[in-house]
Amino acid sequence: MKAFTTLYEKLDMTTSTNAKVLAMVNYFATVPPQDAAWALYFLTGRRLKRLISSRMLREWALEMTGMPKWLYEDAYEAVGDTAETIALLLDGGRTTDEAETILLSEWMMQRILPLQNMTEREQYDAVTRWWKMLDMREMFTLNKLLTGALRVGVSQNLVVRAIAEIAEQPTAVIAHRLMGNWEPTEAFFIQLISPEAEVSDISRPYPFFLASPLEQPLETLGNPADWLVEWKWDGIRSQLIRRGQETHLWSRGEDLVTDRFPEISDHAALLPDGTVLDGEILAFQNEKPLPFAVLQRRIGRKKLTKSILEEAPVAFLAYDLLEFNHEDWREKPLEQRRRQMEQLVHQLGGPFRVSPAVQVQSWEQATVLREESRERNVEGFMLKRLDSTYQAGRKRGTWWKWKIDPYTVDAVLIYAQAGSGRRANLFTDYTFAVIHEGQLVPIAKAYSGLSDKEIQRLDNWIRRHTLDKYGPVRVVEPCHVFELAFEGIAQSSRHKAGLALRFPRILRWREDKTKDEADTLENLHQLLNNHIAIREGA
Amino acid sequence: MTPLIIQDEKGLYCPAGDFYVDPWRPVERAVITHAHGDHAYSGHQAYFCTRLSSPIIQQRLGKLERLKALEYGEPIEFGPVRVSLHPAGHILGSAQVRIESKDGVWVVSGDYKRTFDPSCNPFEVVPCDTLITETTFGLPIYKWQPGEKVAQDILAWWETNRLAGKACVLFCYALGKAQRILAELAKLTDRPVYLHGAIASLIPPYEAAGIRMLPTIPVSEMDKNHSYAGELILAPPSAFKSPWLRRFDPYETGFASGWMRVRGAKRRRGYDRGFVLSDHADWSELLQTIEETGAHRVYATHGNSDTLVRYLNERGLEASALKTQYEGEQEE
Repeated sequence: MKAFTTLYEKLDMTTSTNAKVLAMVNYFATVPPQDAAWALYFLTGRRLKRLISSRMLREWALEMTGMPKWLYEDAYEAVGDTAETIALLLDGGRTTDEAETILLSEWMMQRILPLQNMTEREQYDAVTRWWKMLDMREMFTLNKLLTGALRVGVSQNLVVRAIAEIAEQPTAVIAHRLMGNWEPTEAFFIQLISPEAEVSDISRPYPFFLASPLEQPLETLGNPADWLVEWKWDGIRSQLIRRGQETHLWSRGEDLVTDRFPEISDHAALLPDGTVLDGEILAFQNEKPLPFAVLQRRIGRKKLTKSILEEAPVAFLAYDLLEFNHEDWREKPLEQRRRQMEQLVHQLGGPFRVSPAVQVQSWEQATVLREESRERNVEGFMLKRLDSTYQAGRKRGTWWKWKIDPYTVDAVLIYAQAGSGRRANLFTDYTFAVIHEGQLVPIAKAYSGLSDKEIQRLDNWIRRHTLDKYGPVRVVEPCHVFELAFEGIAQSSRHKAGLALRFPRILRWREDKTKDEADTLENLHQLLNNHIAIREGA
Repeated sequence: MTPLIIQDEKGLYCPAGDFYVDPWRPVERAVITHAHGDHAYSGHQAYFCTRLSSPIIQQRLGKLERLKALEYGEPIEFGPVRVSLHPAGHILGSAQVRIESKDGVWVVSGDYKRTFDPSCNPFEVVPCDTLITETTFGLPIYKWQPGEKVAQDILAWWETNRLAGKACVLFCYALGKAQRILAELAKLTDRPVYLHGAIASLIPPYEAAGIRMLPTIPVSEMDKNHSYAGELILAPPSAFKSPWLRRFDPYETGFASGWMRVRGAKRRRGYDRGFVLSDHADWSELLQTIEETGAHRVYATHGNSDTLVRYLNERGLEASALKTQYEGEQEE
């Protein structure tokens, strides 16, 4: 656990990508493969089901030390993280000789995972015993593993680079081997870095090719005839795999969603074996997409009832073909992949559609057409070079997303709360309100969008202008106006304002405005009504 | 009973003896606990401090005509009260102020620590009825390791970068922390250390007091193109992210401070490494000190005073917070 803790600290402290890769290479090159497998599991953002809640850890720490709860809370306020607060409070100075020798994989397999089958008392005994064995740093790692909240500041791309360096393999090969479901075992890691292509797992998806935001003028893209223009759908990016008479549907977050969308998965049985499609799952009716909120109703459900299936009908809009007749087609030009894909999908029918190519003669025409995006429930355009290969991850140059500008609203800061981690101790979580009949009604929370300097300045102001405190929440003088951007708006009975904003974030601090110049709730309801009217085709 | 110390707009005032302790506005008579800027202000008519503090205070404030330097423990009478200074273990010459009258004994701790520090006299427990204690790190998350252990970590960092051909720029407070680090490292190595000007000028008073430190070289004496590969440089936090650092490239940065105990604070500042090293008392040292002095009344100043006050109150001790202008160890 010490080596993994040191790696975690290095990744946490540096912002240099080269230093991060170097730290990972050194780690993977020196630990046994079973430990490397577990480290990789966490570095790639995989998580164990939460074994122990933060609340339990806190209660056990209080029980073990007899510390008053308010004192713990004071400490927590200065730290902003349960795992770290406990580690700092219980810090006994050093790791015992016995604990020094325990490998990360042994911690996971022999100690942490078996907690699942224990009573709460047994869990308490085990965890408090471990706390006494570890120094502050390792205790912090342990707590993070127990609560399933270990987040490492490293991108999938960098992890792939590090493994590729160890394995002396191209990054695309490693990225592919890391996709889908795998268990953190010694055998997996050895296979991952081996020069030989392994027997492929039939459910394994290809790494998604991700488009980059278009920042340069359209003219620099050259002739529009060299490009495929598609609407940018607001659904779930997915990969559909038909191999070995089985269907697997993966979301872009690498979750298996096969069972979430039975109408798609069942119908996919008609595909020829050895086919992989890239596309978008949308809530879809009368050949038109429905709002994302409709699709969301399907996502969180444990059980899909008949009525849910009827309320939220779905379609799979295919836009690419990655594998055909068991052959990897990613190196073929998009034009060829797409032609074959269209043929397959037209035969397939059912909930499957081709994401249509939007015909434009010029970029000017595309610019005009893009204005229809909102009415069409799409987010803008995707631009893909017709001769492009299907690459792994986010690579600039041949695929661009050209999104429409977000909605904006001017809102007043009313509450602030301290952040966590790097932003513990700083007020960085804000609640904003708009005006309604002379009162301020909260409409959104936003965390990001200000520069470090602005955060500092606002933090300072908040500390001196707090009107009231509710637990960690500060009520501040309502006077600062911020322009918020958001992607969508929906009715919501759970919010006092009667509506909810999608992806709200701070665009800029409007120091030129006073609170009376903020937007009204009526403005937002007007926007919401327009939205509904458009969606219902009225 | 009238209190021996009260607080007014100029600082901590002793009405019976008509003097202030570490006042932040000009007064007639000022007893100065130590030479840090938020305790030793200029403009007072008469200064009282320890013999070890006196040269440092005058180096910072200029020659002081009316300054009385006292040995630790040497009594001085201010009317009906008797005052003496006792080691606080914070930096060279730092003192607690013991004030005795017929009504009892009060102690103003000034800044202090109990952790061993080879660059100053160790803290002395002064029994008293009322203790005015600092609480810069008054939360149970603050727990210090011995300075020797931290010095080993600094040396290991230095060694790693030396092998990589990089310089180590370690930021620390120019007065006290820098000399403590040099004294701790002197037990482990004999390699010379380079110093920023603000630190270099504070080495002589420590040398004069016979503190054994690593040999040092001011950066200002080096050629502009001198290579610092593999060297350790000490600099004050104000030099962080300044153009002065360019000459050390390639280098890594570290910060030695009690604030480095918390991960968020460490990451927010952007140093490559944080070394947890403080010249203030940690939580257990605060409690230990309060208990050992036998004080039955405690006033807490700066930092997390509310937390300590509530903790002591729940344990049946009379305690409250004093609002002062002392800054303790700055979060910068």
